[in-house]
Amino acid sequence: MTEIREVDTKELKHLVSERALRGETMLLNMGPQHPSTHGVLRLLLELDGEIVVNCIPDIGFLHTGIEKNMEAKIYQKAEVMTDRLDYLNPLGNNLAYCLALEKLLELDVPPRAQVLRVILAELTRINSHLLWLGTSGLDLAAMSVFLYCMREREAILNIFEMISGARMMTTYIRPGGVWRDVPAEFEAAVHDFVAMMPARIDEYESMLTTNELFLDRTKGIGVISQEDCIRWGISGPILRAAGMPYDMRRVAPYSGYEQYDFNIPTGPDGDVFCRYKVRVDEMRESVKIIDQAIKKLPYGPIRSNNRKVVPPPRSELGSSMEALIHHFKLWTEGFSVPAGGVYTATESPRGELGVYMESNGGPKPQRVRWHAPTFVNLQIMPLLSRGHFVADVVGIIGSIDIVLGDCDR
Amino acid sequence: MDSKLESLATALEQRFAAKQEIFRDQLTLFLTPDRIIEAARALRDEFGFTFLSDESAVDYFPQELPRFHVVYQLRTMQAPYLLLTLRVPIEGGEPHMPTLEKVFPNANWFERELWDMFGIRFDDHSDLRRILMPFDWEGHPLRKDYPLGYEEVEFSFNFNEVEARKPHPKD
Repeated sequence: MTEIREVDTKELKHLVSERALRGETMLLNMGPQHPSTHGVLRLLLELDGEIVVNCIPDIGFLHTGIEKNMEAKIYQKAEVMTDRLDYLNPLGNNLAYCLALEKLLELDVPPRAQVLRVILAELTRINSHLLWLGTSGLDLAAMSVFLYCMREREAILNIFEMISGARMMTTYIRPGGVWRDVPAEFEAAVHDFVAMMPARIDEYESMLTTNELFLDRTKGIGVISQEDCIRWGISGPILRAAGMPYDMRRVAPYSGYEQYDFNIPTGPDGDVFCRYKVRVDEMRESVKIIDQAIKKLPYGPIRSNNRKVVPPPRSELGSSMEALIHHFKLWTEGFSVPAGGVYTATESPRGELGVYMESNGGPKPQRVRWHAPTFVNLQIMPLLSRGHFVADVVGIIGSIDIVLGDCDR
Repeated sequence: MDSKLESLATALEQRFAAKQEIFRDQLTLFLTPDRIIEAARALRDEFGFTFLSDESAVDYFPQELPRFHVVYQLRTMQAPYLLLTLRVPIEGGEPHMPTLEKVFPNANWFERELWDMFGIRFDDHSDLRRILMPFDWEGHPLRKDYPLGYEEVEFSFNFNEVEARKPHPKD
């Protein structure tokens, strides 16, 4: 056991007000083991009675050193760790990683794989928003929404399990396409989900959108303006709730998002309620995209035919010498990537998920930088919570939709 | 590449003595540390790059001059949506450069992370503490000369021995 270290308030002198040092306001720790901080986030609150004077987020409790580990692994093996970053957006992380790698390699992706990627990325978005809706409802004392959300999330996780064998850590999207073709029952499962989901979203809304208690706790809480969002680099639902229709899928389309017809929901006020409404509407739009995608899912190969990067199919290994050599080389040495650095951004459920990947020409990356939306969005916590009650801080954290695995990497 | 970005690149090239590089349709400008604030401010106010998307660094370890590149990604928030990469090479040894916090407030945490992970000091930064690693951590993990490390597996027969060797946080 290590001893408990006493922290001197002098260390925080530049962060808290003079009044806190004189003992007029109270410093209160919230987290890192608080049920409503959605993980291991510590907030140091400076309180005047019940009013928050300042809020200092302290992160890093879930730091796993994934960026460092990626530098020591070949590209294919490093991808497995991407699922563990933002564990509610595993396929979105796979996609962001593969897009950066494909840009460096100038690798083609067949149309079937592109459409599959879109379907899966949108399913992941719904999955993440469902968990967010459930837990945020729970924070604001709406218990039953959580149970309903988990029910639909189960259907999505079952689809993930069907395609990849894993419910959360899928690593299904691979450089040059997807791991293997989807099973025959995949299309039916997605059709069922699309048919079921809109009515279910209405059900959630009927429990929250007109609920007096919920409105009281969300309207006018944690307001941020569009200008402040841009100054602080905020993206995703928070920016859209402040009234700016800014979505990576629209401004810099990837994986063929320009072919789909969908709206970008925005909110007028930028408060907790608008963020809730934007996310719920986003689920509807995602269902729309999945519906369009599954209807046009083309037949054909699911992975690039570039044998210098993509391993040959198992069936060729017994008959082709080259296939065997490629297979051996790819799983031992890995493939070499042209030297240079690229930045690609995707729209994760939480905002702009960017990957800055730099190669030195070898089979291991020089640097993989994850621009995590949670890390950026959490920075406005003081801005949002000043002047509100402690009880509202819970709602505000929920509305930022933090995933500490994403934040701490 | 977008023609607007191209004309912008030539304008900036002359004004800030920047070197431009295009890789995979992505424009990168190389700047010196003393020009970065001026350039960022001009980009924000005159050219519409109002959004600092990302700030990170790359370590080219055995190479000392420059050892680090600090990489900024700037965006415009109106159509045409452009992305511009700025790179600032800085020396190893005692790496330091001016902070961008005054121009883009969200650089605060990015720079704290860079200090934590790479040991790059940002002059005049308001709150340069470690952000991800514990406050008493030694070294900067994302540097290339920082070992990856591993943890010895403890069994009942060597538990005390391994435990004694393990690094523990100081008092």
